Amino acid sequence: MTQYRVLPGPEHFLPPSAASMGICLPNPGEAHINGVIVPEEKAYEEAAKQFLMAKVPTLFPGPLVLWAWNEKAAKKATAIRHLYNTLKECVQPGQTPMLIPMPDYRPKYPKINPEVEINPNHPNLTIWHNKIDCCMFIGVHCHQANLSLKIIRGGTSCYTIAMCAQAGHEDAMLSFRDASVEKIMRLADTVKRLKGTVTPRLTSAKNGA
Amino acid sequence: MADTHSVIGTKNKKGQTFTDTWKMMNEAPRTPSFYTGSEVIKEALRRASCDVMIAYPITPQSEAAALIGELFAEGYIGDYFRGESEFAVMSQCAGAAFGGARVFTTTAGPGTMRAMENFPMWSGARLPIQMIVTCRGINSPLSIQPDTLEIAYLLNTGMLVWHAETAQDFFDWILKGYMVSEEPDVHLPLALCCDGFFVTHTKDVVNLTPADMCLPPYDPYRSPVPCMDMECPPVRMMRDPFVMKSNYISYATHASWQQEVWAAVERSRKHTIKWINGLIETENTDAEVLIVSSGTAVSQGREAIRLLEDEGIRCGLVKIKSLRPWPGEEIREATKNAKHIIVPEFNVTGWLAKEIKATIPNSDRVNAGPRVCGGMTMPPEIIVSEIKNLLGMRTMSLAGRGS
Repeated sequence: MTQYRVLPGPEHFLPPSAASMGICLPNPGEAHINGVIVPEEKAYEEAAKQFLMAKVPTLFPGPLVLWAWNEKAAKKATAIRHLYNTLKECVQPGQTPMLIPMPDYRPKYPKINPEVEINPNHPNLTIWHNKIDCCMFIGVHCHQANLSLKIIRGGTSCYTIAMCAQAGHEDAMLSFRDASVEKIMRLADTVKRLKGTVTPRLTSAKNGA
Repeated sequence: MADTHSVIGTKNKKGQTFTDTWKMMNEAPRTPSFYTGSEVIKEALRRASCDVMIAYPITPQSEAAALIGELFAEGYIGDYFRGESEFAVMSQCAGAAFGGARVFTTTAGPGTMRAMENFPMWSGARLPIQMIVTCRGINSPLSIQPDTLEIAYLLNTGMLVWHAETAQDFFDWILKGYMVSEEPDVHLPLALCCDGFFVTHTKDVVNLTPADMCLPPYDPYRSPVPCMDMECPPVRMMRDPFVMKSNYISYATHASWQQEVWAAVERSRKHTIKWINGLIETENTDAEVLIVSSGTAVSQGREAIRLLEDEGIRCGLVKIKSLRPWPGEEIREATKNAKHIIVPEFNVTGWLAKEIKATIPNSDRVNAGPRVCGGMTMPPEIIVSEIKNLLGMRTMSLAGRGS
């Protein structure tokens, strides 16, 4: 049993992959928080709390949900928009939810415009520039999501959540697996239910630095 | 969009039924058949719903490659052709896999070495290609005989590497291998190795699954990277790689990419354990003397154990099935009681003994040998002799005939 925990960084000049430190992915019906396997119900609560505590809670939708390449993707996109709107409704003054897409995975040089997009090859730029202290990846291919999550953990203090359509991400601080429209809606419902019960860390936030 | 589960129970163009792989491999009736290893590769491929097989002749895999050509002629393989060289074959395999195909190829010895540049590329691109490696000598002067040195070169490519002992392993693992390597959290190529000739060219009884059942097709939409897209990594990375940019973040991205490949190898652990019933197999690990090996050296070890039993010497066995992922925990547990760990190998460098020494406490317990190479056989008697020497018992020299 590993003692390693997947925590907000900045962790290291080159942080290890969580898998190499013995963190395992959840089985169906489970999620993980900080690398510890938990029932999925607990993860909804924790993810919603993290969103409501954050100064800049942000959703990062990826290519798998940004284009209506099948019916399921279109429905997920609508659910993500609903989650974003729910965040805007539920946060307190001073909190600024954001929705920033990861439209593709091209290495972009000399640098991206971090206000309009996030890129898996240098995701920390978007985190730093927008002072994002909690984010959720959704609809990003697993490989690129893991690249991003590791780099973010290495160089920022941002709390990372993954809503993965496949097996989950151990490099996130919290990860769901088998993402579906229902799961996204359930997360939005949990955010709504916890509205006003969580104190935002407006003064203490490190703002992703 | 393909949905693997929706095709279960339906038939392919050859009348085979797409079958839940777990049921096919573990519950379906088996038919004992007397086949060479090469014929077994063909029979596994018949059931693998393989889209593309690319071939290039090199002993001792040529027969298997040719037999799979017959499968193509019969309509069991989507496409089949001969590449210009092993390097070309492995590059063409990448192209087919980038396009979303289930891909299979076979190679051996110098062919493996010639194509080596492609293997870390396959891993980095997260392509779940399956490659059979029928190991043979790689050095000059030329040898086509069994020798496992090429496996050592594969261990750091980021591929999954399994080492089959028997033709039965081969049949089962070809089919199960796709189930592991195509998992979205793994999605890596598999080098399924065996000792050439010993496995490929000898006949053995192999229990085959029904020929009218086949694997569900590969679903490329579960891939952790996009299918072929010239503007996105990994393809764009290859023509516009991070290494061409001299800045911290491009290096850091490449480092993170490499870590992700090895993270995927780690993730394959639980799937591999599930499908091939553990990364190792053990017998009598409470014995003071243990033989730990992989491939056909395990078979020779079994025979040595039988000979030792006749003399009242108790010896245990650890068969290493998967080299990547490496069964470190399992080996530490299995060897915790052993005073002497014997590692017979069919190669000159003893790469397996080195791996084991790096894994266990008190590594001076490891006896790196006996080793043979260049196609020599490994008589069980030399393993027996090695063990008796370690135990301080008298043993006859097997090297000469004059004593």
